[in-house]
Amino acid sequence: MTDSTKTWDVVIVGGGNAALCAAIEAAEAGASVIILEGAPLDYRGGNSRHTRNFRCMHAGPLSVLTDRYEEDEYFDDLLRVTKGETDEDLARMTIRTSETCLPWMEKQGVRFQPSLSGTLSLSRTNAFFLGGGKALVNAYYNRAADLGVAVRYEAQVKHVDIQDGVFGGVDCEIAGQPTRINGKAVVLASGGFQADLDWLARAWGPAAKNFLIRGTPYNRGVVLKDMLDQGAESVGDPTQCHAVAIDGRAPKYDGGIVTRLDCVPFSVVVNRHGQRFYDEGEDVWPKRYAIWGRLVAAQPDQVAYSIIDSKSMDAFMPSVFPPIQADTIEGLGQQLGISGTVLKETVDKFNDACRPGTFRGNELDGLATDGIEPPKTNWARPITEPPFYGYELRPGVTFTYLGLKVDDTARVTGEGGRMSNVWAAGEIMAGSILGQGYLAGFGMTIGTVFGRIAGREAAAYVA
Amino acid sequence: MSLDILNLTDRTPTEEARRQVEICNACRYCEGYCAVFPAITKQRAFADGDITQLANLCHNCRGCYYACQYTAPHEFDLNLPGILAEVRQDSWDRYAWPKPFAGAFQRKGTPIAVALIIGLALLFLALTALRPASGEGFYAYLSHGGMVAIFAPAFLLPLATIGIGLRRYWAEVGGQRITFAHLRDAVAATANMRNLGGGQGQGCNFEEGDRYSNRRRVAHQLVMYGFLLCFASTSSGTVLHYGFGLEAPYGLFSLPKLLGVPGGLLLTIGAGWLIRLKLQSDRDLGAASAWGGEVAFVLLLGLTGLTGLALYATTGTALVGPLLAIHLGTVLTFFLTTPYSKMVHGFYRLAALIRDAQVRL
Repeated sequence: MTDSTKTWDVVIVGGGNAALCAAIEAAEAGASVIILEGAPLDYRGGNSRHTRNFRCMHAGPLSVLTDRYEEDEYFDDLLRVTKGETDEDLARMTIRTSETCLPWMEKQGVRFQPSLSGTLSLSRTNAFFLGGGKALVNAYYNRAADLGVAVRYEAQVKHVDIQDGVFGGVDCEIAGQPTRINGKAVVLASGGFQADLDWLARAWGPAAKNFLIRGTPYNRGVVLKDMLDQGAESVGDPTQCHAVAIDGRAPKYDGGIVTRLDCVPFSVVVNRHGQRFYDEGEDVWPKRYAIWGRLVAAQPDQVAYSIIDSKSMDAFMPSVFPPIQADTIEGLGQQLGISGTVLKETVDKFNDACRPGTFRGNELDGLATDGIEPPKTNWARPITEPPFYGYELRPGVTFTYLGLKVDDTARVTGEGGRMSNVWAAGEIMAGSILGQGYLAGFGMTIGTVFGRIAGREAAAYVA
Repeated sequence: MSLDILNLTDRTPTEEARRQVEICNACRYCEGYCAVFPAITKQRAFADGDITQLANLCHNCRGCYYACQYTAPHEFDLNLPGILAEVRQDSWDRYAWPKPFAGAFQRKGTPIAVALIIGLALLFLALTALRPASGEGFYAYLSHGGMVAIFAPAFLLPLATIGIGLRRYWAEVGGQRITFAHLRDAVAATANMRNLGGGQGQGCNFEEGDRYSNRRRVAHQLVMYGFLLCFASTSSGTVLHYGFGLEAPYGLFSLPKLLGVPGGLLLTIGAGWLIRLKLQSDRDLGAASAWGGEVAFVLLLGLTGLTGLALYATTGTALVGPLLAIHLGTVLTFFLTTPYSKMVHGFYRLAALIRDAQVRL
């Protein structure tokens, strides 16, 4: 193993949003900083490269954000999705700090744009990045370079060397070469473990092998596992991950935003036996897309099919792959690889249960079925107008919940109490605040807030 | 998007652009950069004419490329500025009239160099053959009548052929009757090159990769305004000549010189700067197949400014004769190649901006 002689003030493990915020803060405070990014340059930035906004508290109009979005409302939104699985003090601190983050981000070169057309109505709560998360990541890397931060790509950290609660360095492979990087402080910002399908399978069962991973293939949880093995205190349900229903034809990794499908509320969804299994019209899609990942994961072979007819085709955002198309329901079933006869029976039964009424695609219209199980409680229009279309749905994993427990200074705790020079930020510790569910743009908020805190604290420690 | 995404070679540029645009329409992260993305989100399906319109609306600012999570090595392999540039080149070839000249000076530098040599030779020949018995200034070398005989058709014929191309473009993109509001919107977008501003005035991504810079935008405007000033200078000379009987040579404080000298300076400096920036940029994000033709075109444009300035600087010396031939030969080459060189981008870009205004307003 080669031994690099230099001892850095702050070693940053990871190269996404949280890592970059930490690096910039530490470098601004005068520390010598090195970023160890596991991915090659083209794929740098972890899951941040797929993001598009961050959720930001504000007392009045702020940059691209309209109106106001204050602490209590923000916290209530968080409580609703986490069903209480949060740490109120940490959560409120994160929410309050988010307001000062936006101007700081702009100062670092991040640019915002008004909320995108056809998106959920987020213009009040979420500030969208001009060009999306990769543009944000680029801006931060440029800023870090200007501050003299060193960056190593393809730098996979295998082991964090902690003796008696004190960090001394990391053992890693840089472009395949074993390397030791010594440092006086470390910020762990290397994400969750959702790209390690074996780990997911151990937690979820073999079905997890059929899951698609929406984000980076580089979040394999190596550092997280190494820290847990060394007795770091954990938080979050180790068996759970956040999954949504996405296009079944998406790439195994890194499909990102374009693989989402918004057609479910306007469709009937059947499993591979041609049977419906859940109320497709339970609520507006932004509030339901997250549960459909789990619903599909529970079906045979972790697959389902969303069936619509031509009159619903323009009711939702276009997606990346064209739907399977047929002039009859039977034909559509055959093309999708399920029994056309059974699919026809299911659709006929559904059609017979539809009642007259006015369809209103962008609100709960109460157009419900009558006399079938499960019911469809909104947007239930008979599927009658050819051509008919079908989309294959599969669970797409966004992130995992298991992480390192941190305090409000982003410090990690081990068996011997709070570690003196180990901080964590981003997905690797997000479970401390987001124990269940998901709130759009909140992952980036956690990463920014804790990344900045970790960078400042680490720099202050070595100063 | 078609599912055979790995089979890239079988698609035409338009088909490949359609594949990429459909991915963009499912993502929309780049909406704030330029006019192309809001135009994409207005549609679900893209006919060939729609793709042509998007291609000509694209100013190749490259913001979307550097922000894109789906560029190679990702299997979706997006390079929207690159493919739209190729579609744009193809569209100019398709609209060009007469057909045999289509693309003659688009892709490679050599044809422009050859054309320049021929242009220069023609002017030296004209100066020798048509040398007037008397005359002042450069009319001592080539009479006013001789100049008009050469340049009136050399200016008007290319304009007419571009007009034919624009009509074809307008039909293909489904353009409607143009109103003053459409025109005003498009001219305003041209005047400050809004679409090279990155959406917020931070500029585009060209010579410094993913860092924004306004250098290319400024250099382009130097060339554009320099060219327009030179054009205005010549026009003002024509008006003075025919309208007021005031004949060249004109003094420094005359309209032709007050417009022409700054115009020539801007044109020369801007063209040099543009080439320098172009050399620093990534060729694959533009029309890689037309790189040589583009550089040669900018050189030719810069040369019209430089030779004009040189001609003025040597007033009264023995160099006026040869420099007049060089300057007029350069200008002649520029005019005659215009319908088939990168110069047409200005006409089609303006048309695309007008069409975009029709859709938006």
